[in-house]
Parts: sequence; C-alpha cells; structure tokens
Amino acid sequence: MDKRLLIGKHFWLGDVACAEGAIAAGCNFFAGYPITPASEIAERMAKRLPEVGGVFVQMEDELASISAVIGASWAGAKAMTATSGPGFSLMQEGIGYAYMTETPCVIVNVMRVGPSTGQATKGAQGDVMQARWGTHGDHMGVTLCPNSAQEMFDYTIKAFNIAEMLRIPVILLSDGVIGHIMEPVTVPDRVEIVERKKPSQGDTMFFGLEDVAPMPEFGEGFNVLVTGSTHNERGIRHTTDPEVHRRMINAIVRKVLKRRDEVTFVEKYRFGEGVDVAFISYGCTSRAVYEAVRILEGKGVDVSFLRLITMWPFPDELTRELGECAKVIIVPEMNLGQVSNEVKKYVCPSKVYGLHRIGGGEIPRPGEIAKFALEVLKSG
Amino acid sequence: MAEHPLHKYLRMEVMPHVFCPGCGAGIVANCFLRAVYELGYEDLSKFAFCSGIGCAAWIPSPFFKADSLHIMHGRSIPAAMGIKLMKPELKVVVFGGDGDIAGIGGNHLLHAARRNLEILVIMVNNMVYGMTGGQVAPTTPFGAYTTTTPYGNIEYPIKAAEVVATAGASYVARWTVYHTRRLINSIKKALNTEGFSFIEVVSTCFTSYGRRMGFKSPAEMIVWLKENSIPISEYKKNPEKYAGKIPVGEIECTPREGYVKRVWKMIHELSAKSS
Ligand SMILES: Cc1ncc(C[n+]2csc(CCOP(=O)(O)OP(=O)(O)O)c2C)c(N)n1
Ligand code: SF4
Ligand SMILES: [Mg+2]
Repeated sequence: MDKRLLIGKHFWLGDVACAEGAIAAGCNFFAGYPITPASEIAERMAKRLPEVGGVFVQMEDELASISAVIGASWAGAKAMTATSGPGFSLMQEGIGYAYMTETPCVIVNVMRVGPSTGQATKGAQGDVMQARWGTHGDHMGVTLCPNSAQEMFDYTIKAFNIAEMLRIPVILLSDGVIGHIMEPVTVPDRVEIVERKKPSQGDTMFFGLEDVAPMPEFGEGFNVLVTGSTHNERGIRHTTDPEVHRRMINAIVRKVLKRRDEVTFVEKYRFGEGVDVAFISYGCTSRAVYEAVRILEGKGVDVSFLRLITMWPFPDELTRELGECAKVIIVPEMNLGQVSNEVKKYVCPSKVYGLHRIGGGEIPRPGEIAKFALEVLKSG
Repeated sequence: MAEHPLHKYLRMEVMPHVFCPGCGAGIVANCFLRAVYELGYEDLSKFAFCSGIGCAAWIPSPFFKADSLHIMHGRSIPAAMGIKLMKPELKVVVFGGDGDIAGIGGNHLLHAARRNLEILVIMVNNMVYGMTGGQVAPTTPFGAYTTTTPYGNIEYPIKAAEVVATAGASYVARWTVYHTRRLINSIKKALNTEGFSFIEVVSTCFTSYGRRMGFKSPAEMIVWLKENSIPISEYKKNPEKYAGKIPVGEIECTPREGYVKRVWKMIHELSAKSS
C-alpha cells in the first residue's frame, strides 16, 4: 500500500494531485484520451498505475475511454477517466449508461473555455450544467468542485468513495486554473477508503434498490445481466412497462438523495449571520472571493461566504438559509450564469447578482468583485 | 424427455426469444453454443459477453446464462477491452451487428485489431440496420433498396473482414449462416487462437431487408447465400470474375501475443523491480 500513498509534503500540479488522489483511493484502472488541460492526469497515471499493479490505457477516443472504464468497473476495478469539455461531451452517453446500470466510476473534467474547441488552453467554468444535465433522461449524481491542488487530492479520494458507496459515476469538476496550479499538497499516512457492497451467494437482485444493491463482479458466477435499457432488479429488460421504469428511476435518484448529507461538502464563512453581502462561489473563482471578502471587511461591510465543493446535488437548503440572512447574494463565476440562475431557484431572484466572466481564462479579480459588491449594495 | 444439450447455456426464463422468424441471429447463437459445447465447457462461467445495440447484440443479452454487458450502440469492443484487461482469465466475446461493429463502432474495431486485443468479435452482417427498420448500413450492397436509399444505394459496402485482417488481427474469417458446420469449427478455432479474433457471419434479415429486396421467404435468402458465396481461395484467383460474390473462409490465422498479455507483462516486470 505504501507505493500507493506517497506520504509527506509535495509541490504538485493540481492534475498530478488528482492522479495521486485516485491512486491513494485504490484506483486500479484508467482509460483516457489526451486533452488540455487534463492530459497531465493521464501522464501521471501512465507512469504510476503500473508501478502499483494497476492498468493504464490510452484509448482511441473518449467514447472508448468511458466504455472501457465501465467494462473495467464490472470486472471489479476502481476505474477513472479524465478529460475536458470536448471529451466530456463525447462521454455523455456513457455517463448516462453508468447511471442507468449503477456502475461506479470517476470522471474528471478539467474545464476549459468552450463551446467547441473555444480557447483550449484557458480555464473556465462553463460545464456546470453539463455535469448535471449533459446526458439524456432523468438521473441523479454527485459533482465535486475542488479549488486547490490539495483539494484535487482530497476530493478525488472522496469521489471514488462516493462512487463505490452509491454505485454512481461521480464527476470531479475541476477547471484549467486548478488543474495547472502548482501548490503544496500534504499526503496523510492514512486515507479512508470505501469498498463497494458485494453480493452473497444466491443473491439475484443487483439493481434498483434504494439502499444501493450489491454489485457482483464478472467472473464470480452470478450470471449478471447488465443493460442500459430499462431493467428490473434482476437486470431483465422491460422496455415498455411504465411501472418498471418509474420504479427503477425513482430508486436510482432516491439512493443519492437519501444520503445527500454524506455527499454535501461546503466551506462556510460567517454563515447564518445577518450580513450585507453573501457570496456563493466555487472552483478557481472562489479563491478571488476570499480576497474580496477581506477587502470589503476592510471597508466595514458585513460579508458571508458559501463555497460550494459539492455542486450537485445542489446545496439548496444552505443556499436558502444564506439568502435569508443577506441583503444581496453575489455569485462570481466564469460562465454566463449557470450557478447564479440555479441560486435564483432557492432565493428571491431580485436579491441575486451574477458576476460573469468568460474568455481568456480570466478569473474576476478580488478588487473587481469587491467593487461590484459595493455598487450592488448602493443600487439595491 | 432429455434436455437439449445446449439448454444449460441458456437463460430459459427469458424465452421465447425475440428474433423474427427466419432471422439469422438464432443460427449464429446456435453455432456459437455448439462450438462451446464441442470444446467441452460445462457452462459459460469462463466467459464474459459484451454487446452494443441492435438485433444481433441481443444474442448474449439476455439469452446466454452468463455475465453480459449490453452497452451503448457501437461501444461493445472498448467495454470488452476494459473487462479483458481486468480479468485476462475470462474469454471475452463480443456479438454485434454490422452497423454496431463496422459502422458506429468501426473505429474501435480497427484499434482492437491493431492492438491485437485478446477477444473474439462475431459480427452478424445482415447488410442492414435491422432493429431500426431497415436503413442503409456500411455493409449494404451497391444499388440495394432500403428505407433510406429509396433510389438505390450509391455507396460501396465495406469488406470488414479484410479490413480487420489488414489492421493486425490474429484470426479472421467470413462465413454465412448457411455454412453452419464450418462456422462452428471456425468459432472453436478463434476461441483458441491467441490475439484478436474476428468472424463476420453474413446473415439474413427478411423483415427489414429481404422483403424489400424481392425475396419471398427467409429460406430463399439462405439459398441465395449458399449460391452466392465462394471459397476465398477461389475468389482470389479472379476477383473480377467473382465480383458481387461473398468470399468465405479463413482470411487470417497467425496467432501472436496480444495486447492484454503485454500490459500485464509490463506491470509484473515493474512490480518485480520495485520489490
Ligand atoms: C447512439 C445511437 N444511435 C442510434 C441508435 C439507434 N439504433 C439502434 S440499433 C441501430 C442499428 C443496428 O444495426 P446493426 O448493428 O446492423 O444491428 P441489427 O439490428 O441489424 O442486427 C441503431 C441505428 C442508438 N441506439 N444509439
Ligand atoms: S429485424 Fe431482422 S435482424 Fe432483427 S430480429 Fe428481425 S429478422 Fe432478425
Ligand atoms: Mg445489421
């Protein structure tokens, strides 16, 4: 196990920290296709996985990558892939398949400027909604947004644990800034690892249970039928019966919502106090917000801050609470309002102001954020 | 009454099957299971099956009593690669239609052959997109009438088996659903050949193809397959004379070390070095 855990202090790229987090979590299969700014994850995995007895493959495209990850997961692997916008779009059908078949796996998206090839080398936050609704049909998953190299390590481990616990694809939604940042990362001497629930001899129900069905492994003699078509608890296809579809989809949504508290991670600052301005932010942009808070406090403004580490399921209750205690809510993000519009579902919309910045990988600067807040306060 | 010797491989609780009367998919399933039976396998526990979307993809899922992954349209080969890499001891077999394997999944087919990935792919080539109602496929003959070529097909069909052989597969053969004995023997051989194995089985889809092409019955289609196929050795002597015929037989049989073996060799060497 020691080769899996490089205990101590390191100075790592965010992408490298992500790869090391995966290895620490027990990842033993990686399939990917090169893309900026995620390639360094694949490169680190190519070197490190074989050293710890794991398999690395570079596939012919992202369709193949996600499919190989799914196949490996059913063969017992803790499997992962990493990509950016264009590749994430190609993977969407496979991600839906993973929801439908309850296949645990981790998909890393290091976001860059889109749509299309946009500005390939520049970081962005434009895939928040794609992470939630990119695949067709009803489903529920977990998306995590780290904001430092340390969190790339820590939350990749969490992503694997959640994937195994809930039998879902978990999306680690990073961005080009955090993927390419060089920072100190501490690897502890022990990490908590969750293993998937395995069936006992004679079990036949492997799908659609709200308490998460046990997952057999290929080659163990369970004769498991895995299909992306609507199926019953035993994996038998029912492609026309509405009742079976409702029952199974309800189960795969509820199994996540039931354990929502265990997968909701946020950072709170002066949460619940009566304030003038409350910020909601995530990923690289949230780092500018820390500084904006200090600037505003220097000017005597009362500020609170909710940083979303879990993006989906959206922390709606916390958002509502925050909204009740603040005069205005400001959501700085590097897109045209994907999270600020979500916030408006839970808070009086006239209180919510999005600070949107796209292109060139530019993060809104702390001074601009503070200035924006002061203007909003004055006009509001 | 004695049980049919192949019943032990089938999930009898999902019967009757769903294939149309006269569909070649049943013949392919039968030949595969006979091959398994003749090789002496008591059950399918040493196998893993993988298939995409389409009629042919339903052969293993749900009908085979085995582990099977019924994945997205075209993605059966990379999924099989994931399984085989993690469980090299299993025989991983992919079933799929011509659209699934050579159309939407064609790129994966090429790269699996290039890597010489140790799986067997059985492509049921009914020359059409059967499940979706008979649209033109990359295997549809020139001039054929389908629902999306109402004025006749103006594209040329891919010679999938020859392409796969060129790409680097260890074992490649083409048969039709008329050639059942030779197909069974070919499957037995493919299952025991090291590296990537590919068998194209030219098949019958009366419902979505044959009817529109003027055939009166599925049986007539099988007679047509018999009369229009020709041994590859004969075909090679004069391809122009035999244009339009179906060359059948082994195209490639050169067992070679495969990809998964090379991957694990590297991993074992690295772990031996570090310990
Ligand atoms: C991504 C995607 N595109 C289209 C389809 C619709 N579709 C289902 S089966 C099929 C064609 C199957 O043809 P083939 O692979 O030749 O199998 P056959 O039914 O002829 O055996 C298509 C296009 C799909 N399921 N997924
Ligand atoms: S549509 Fe064609 S390929 Fe599909 S089951 Fe019917 S005959 Fe077979
Ligand atoms: Mg077909």
